[in-house]
Amino acid sequence: MVIALVILALVVITVVFHLYSPWWLTPIASNWGAIDTTIEISFWITGLVFIAVNCFLAWVVWRYKHTGKHKAHYEPESKKLESWLTILTAIGVIAMLTPGLIAWAKVVNVPSEATNVEAIGQQWQWTFRFPGPDGELGGADARFVTAQNPYGIDPEDPNSQDDLIVNSHQLHLPVGKPVKLLLRSNDVLHNFAVPQFRIKMDLVPGTVTYQWFEPSRTGSFDILCEELCGVAHFTMRAQVIIEDETAYEQWLSRQPSFAQTQRNYDIDLVAGKNLYATCSACHGADGGGLAAMQAPNLSGLESWYMERQLRYYREGIRGAHPADGGGQQMAAMARSVAEPRDLRNLLAYIESLPAIAAPPTLAGDAERGAQVFQACVVCHGANGQGTRALQAPQLAGQADWYLHKQLKYFSMGWRGKHPQDQYGSQMRLMTRTIQNPERLQDLIAYIASLPVPGHYQTPLAEAQIVEGTQQP
Amino acid sequence: MTHIAIADQTAHLHHPKTFIGKYIWSQDHKVIAIQYSVTAIFVGLIALLLSVLMRLQLGFPGQFNFITPDAYLQFVTMHGMIMVIYLLTALLLGGFGNYLIPLMVGTRDMVFPYLNMLSYWFYLVSVIVLMSSFFVTGGPTGAGWTLYPPQSILAGTPGAGSGIVLMLLSLAIFIVAFTMGGLNYVTTIFQARTRGMTLMRMPLTIWGILTATILGLLAFPALLVSAIMMLFDATLGTSFFMPAIVSLGEPLNHEGGSPILFQHLFWFFGHPEVYIVALPAFGMVSDVLSVHARKNIFGYRMMVWAIVIIGGLSFIVWAHHMYVSGMNPYFGFFFATTTLIIAVPTAIKVYNWVLTLWKGNIHLTVPMLFAIGFIFTFTHGGLSGLFLGNVVVDLPLSDTFFVVAHFHMVMGVSPIMVLFAALYHWFPLVSGKQLHTGLGKLHFWGTFLGTYAIYLPMHYLGFLGVPRRYYALGDTSFIPESAHVLNEDITIAAIIVALFQLVFVANVIWTLRSGPRSVRNPWGVASLEWHTPDVPPVHGNWGDALPTVHRWAYDYSVPGAKQDFIPQHVAEEDVEYEAGGRRSGEGE
Repeated sequence: MVIALVILALVVITVVFHLYSPWWLTPIASNWGAIDTTIEISFWITGLVFIAVNCFLAWVVWRYKHTGKHKAHYEPESKKLESWLTILTAIGVIAMLTPGLIAWAKVVNVPSEATNVEAIGQQWQWTFRFPGPDGELGGADARFVTAQNPYGIDPEDPNSQDDLIVNSHQLHLPVGKPVKLLLRSNDVLHNFAVPQFRIKMDLVPGTVTYQWFEPSRTGSFDILCEELCGVAHFTMRAQVIIEDETAYEQWLSRQPSFAQTQRNYDIDLVAGKNLYATCSACHGADGGGLAAMQAPNLSGLESWYMERQLRYYREGIRGAHPADGGGQQMAAMARSVAEPRDLRNLLAYIESLPAIAAPPTLAGDAERGAQVFQACVVCHGANGQGTRALQAPQLAGQADWYLHKQLKYFSMGWRGKHPQDQYGSQMRLMTRTIQNPERLQDLIAYIASLPVPGHYQTPLAEAQIVEGTQQP
Repeated sequence: MTHIAIADQTAHLHHPKTFIGKYIWSQDHKVIAIQYSVTAIFVGLIALLLSVLMRLQLGFPGQFNFITPDAYLQFVTMHGMIMVIYLLTALLLGGFGNYLIPLMVGTRDMVFPYLNMLSYWFYLVSVIVLMSSFFVTGGPTGAGWTLYPPQSILAGTPGAGSGIVLMLLSLAIFIVAFTMGGLNYVTTIFQARTRGMTLMRMPLTIWGILTATILGLLAFPALLVSAIMMLFDATLGTSFFMPAIVSLGEPLNHEGGSPILFQHLFWFFGHPEVYIVALPAFGMVSDVLSVHARKNIFGYRMMVWAIVIIGGLSFIVWAHHMYVSGMNPYFGFFFATTTLIIAVPTAIKVYNWVLTLWKGNIHLTVPMLFAIGFIFTFTHGGLSGLFLGNVVVDLPLSDTFFVVAHFHMVMGVSPIMVLFAALYHWFPLVSGKQLHTGLGKLHFWGTFLGTYAIYLPMHYLGFLGVPRRYYALGDTSFIPESAHVLNEDITIAAIIVALFQLVFVANVIWTLRSGPRSVRNPWGVASLEWHTPDVPPVHGNWGDALPTVHRWAYDYSVPGAKQDFIPQHVAEEDVEYEAGGRRSGEGE
């Protein structure tokens, strides 16, 4: 008896929950309305079947419950009833499948006017490539990947040279124009999904997959990786910004060409050293940093990392939060080195400083911290030496008070919350593993115990610097 | 009939004489079944614990220090693999298949008892190998239960060193165990049925187990070869599934392989696997419904054909798991069509279950409650499958919590409802004692309502677009704060459901220790297994002579008959009819 009522109640609850659920498809932002329509048709058909079958079940249980007064009917089968039910079910299935397949036919046929855009997934970051003025994307293969050519674009292919490289997790696209996304991975499986566009496709190393859509309204939408791609899978996110044609064209024109990213510049370390004079007031002549001035250890950091951080400071992506006093100070300083050539020389000089370890100032249990550090290893390396391919800076030798402060900032959202701070948002997600202050202390103590690795580049002798320019 | 003449002679039975021969190295299908069941339920409880741990992270992110991103993925992976393979497959086929086949078709044992014993011991080894991965450096694999390469064997994924190797080894050993058991089941059903037990008189339980076993024998080899190929890729440097790639900035020495090849092989196994679990459950629930409604199963022949057709179709739908895998998108037309066609025979099964209850004499026993619960959960899970199978709808829903909710309703909760129905139903046969009804009902309500509280709202997180296998959602532009609250609620429901399973464990322990003895055939079942000379049946099952079958397994409430069921081995002339009552039309 109770079971009949409960089943009836569950049917009612299910229907009410469905009607009033605050969790529902996100407002659509692409041309794939046909998908939503198919979902709606499916809901009507499956919903009616769900209600009919379970209400009948509840009624049957209530009506034919054992009472001791009646005997079960003896009826092995009814061909007529079974045939009718089969036919009705088949009609329901056809009613769902037909709109589904019609919509799918549109999905598989990419319109010829669609613009090609390449999305490159690498553990655990997104970058993008647009064809240059020639309208063709150059070839690419994982075998071309080097430190300088991290996306594996064919350096010999003439079509590659003018390709535009978007070295950011923010993809801009024009509203109302069909786009064919070419999806490529150099390492493992990934997936490109944007809920509001109703699109989703895996990236498969060794091949290029694709899908197309037409953004129907402007705005910023999350790109998520939805194929488990390793331990930091949940941090592999990006954004697609849909804007009007003019804004998009302006944005695109600011992106460097592949050839530009491959250029080697002459480095003037003397100029770099002169520029460093300003920095040395806080960071010290040896780059070792000074706790009293809230200046971290720069020795051992590589130029690609410092370049990004200075850019973030300059553009207000980092050091903009009122609670980050040191960051605000640094943001002002970063704006004083705006010239790309000065920046290159300065960073090359800092990179040439021999790595030294900052003195420990905090106490913690390094042994327990080793366990916590396991979550960091995959990007920052087993010895905290950093991995350029993953955009993860060196941690070994860094001042413990600085690491402590930055991890706190990440978890508070004082750093890494800016939408353009791609790796900061990853760190914010990773700091969820160290919410406990004690664990944080232990972790810092462990990092402080890591040996400082040799500088990746032999320190340059003072004499060489005096001689003038140096090709790194 | 020579084999039956031989089987009738009890002199050839070789009864075991020692404790070890009887209970450890036993060749008796019933003892092996219990060994399989106890092991499977034990690992199932571990997998249940893992699911609670993973839910803790999803409901209360950052509150539990020991759940790192690595550990979370390891919990997810091991939970899935243990539940699907080492609990459901092993318990349904190794446990119930072993116990019921010889008794239901009327034979003394499996045709290869020694092989049957080996099957269990290989299964146990596979479980031990799997569990050992919790104790190696790097822990078990965290690649997701689908184990997709390249990531599953590369740094950056938890357990990419020893964990994945142990997982693949364990699967290979499990498949050896399954093959030994499976060949036995099929041969026994085809070759050793007793006199009069025609194929179309077999209980649906046997049809379900038979079809599932054939599916397993055809599908598991695909998993075996993919496991071996991946083992070679991981340990010998071959490139079956590995194209030229870079891993964490370092180029690898692989070239020319295809990650999608693995996915095809995996799902060529993986989809039939759904039915390897579902079909025995379909069969068993049919029998439970029929017995406890005191009514024949409605449309027996249609039910048999539905099982066989579903089994056949299950081999041509596998790529519906791969709509967004990057395979040729034109495959979508074919696989969406075949997938939705499967809905027709499946729907017929649901209708016939309800129609079996219709005009029945429904006894709301604990097995019956679970069986009715199954009809509800399976209807829900089956219908949500129509969304995912329809290729274009899979685009927004694939890899979200909708998928998680769907497959848990259809192949998690539903088979488990049947497993519990079956455990409560056959427990008196196996142990001679009946499980406590009050505790059983408590267990039912907690499980039935609790699981629905977990999975109904989870579908809607999927519509919203919440991705699965995410350690933490963090900030997004489309997931509202309320979804985090919902995740907490789901976690609380999951913990409650897990606690209710302890009621079952307690019930089993209490009943075995101090429960009263059950009467013989307490539910009044017509099929052969309840009609052995001794209950619980002893080695050799049938005493002096094998039974002769005279009718199908569903002669309940036959008009005119005195009793409301006529056992399968009762000949028409021995049936007692009330004066003036008419005779059964279905005696065949």
